[in-house]
Amino acid sequence: MEIKEFIQNFAEQFEDTDASVFTPDTVFHDLDEWGSLIGLSIIAMIDDEYGVTIKGDELRTAKTVADVFELVKSKK
Amino acid sequence: MYNPFSLEGKTILVTGAGGGIGRATAVACSKMGAVLVITDINPETLTETLSLLEADGDRKHLMFVADLTKEEDLNEMVAAMPSLDGVVCNAGISKVLPIQFLNAEDMNRIMAINAFAPMYMTQRLYKKRCINKGGSIVYTVSISGVSMVSMGGVMYAVSKNALDAFMRNAALEFAGRNIRVNSVNPSRVKTPLIQNSVYSEEEVAKDLQTYPLKRYAEPEEIANSIIFLLSDAASYITGHALIVDGGKTLS
Repeated sequence: MEIKEFIQNFAEQFEDTDASVFTPDTVFHDLDEWGSLIGLSIIAMIDDEYGVTIKGDELRTAKTVADVFELVKSKK
Repeated sequence: MYNPFSLEGKTILVTGAGGGIGRATAVACSKMGAVLVITDINPETLTETLSLLEADGDRKHLMFVADLTKEEDLNEMVAAMPSLDGVVCNAGISKVLPIQFLNAEDMNRIMAINAFAPMYMTQRLYKKRCINKGGSIVYTVSISGVSMVSMGGVMYAVSKNALDAFMRNAALEFAGRNIRVNSVNPSRVKTPLIQNSVYSEEEVAKDLQTYPLKRYAEPEEIANSIIFLLSDAASYITGHALIVDGGKTLS
């Protein structure tokens, strides 16, 4: 799996935040739009696209998009 | 001693008895004097529940390992069923998915277990006259889908809402045989179903603040509400959805 594609999938879960905002270092919890529905969507997207189940607590502990990417990679 | 809540002399079937509310209900019913027929898909957890039931010389509890979504299992179980005074349909699963991610596989599975299995089991038990006159059926529904909805909870909500509608239809149709049909509608309960979930600890802590009683229910507290509906103390109550939510739906 590629981080570029992962970031794209990640960004797609947001409505108002432009895709260009997202880099591996984006601290996604700090984004204005971040909320519980987006969190659930990220978890569902990861399940759909990568066949990996992550927990709410794991997503909460991850700081950046790259952290989530590494988490998914470690579980594949 | 005068006790209209007693279940002495009653035989009660509990589905999903391997854990959570089902196990707590089976154990509590046994403490109230009932003979239990317990069922679950998992033989290990079901056997464990059987060992937790209070028993004495005359009371012989039964267990059936069954997948209630499978017609063969259902038919086999109903064919071997003793006369029942109470039925508690409790087996249920959940998966949190925003609507954008809905898919037929998850939806069919949740509907099959949460809604269709209890409906078809009820149908068969009623048709085969397994439920005695004066009997009571209780469904574990939920405030979810009936009184409120939550983000990502659509599949669970839809399945429970279907069961809520079925409960009221059954109450109407079964009244002629003096069989009462009700449900308990809990909010979140401390069971395996909500542990290990997609919600983070932080979200759970925040969610708890939306409960006037500031805590989730213990499975035993739902079991006690079920006992009330099973017992003769509720002999004039049918078609009722009993909210057991620590005040969650007040605001």
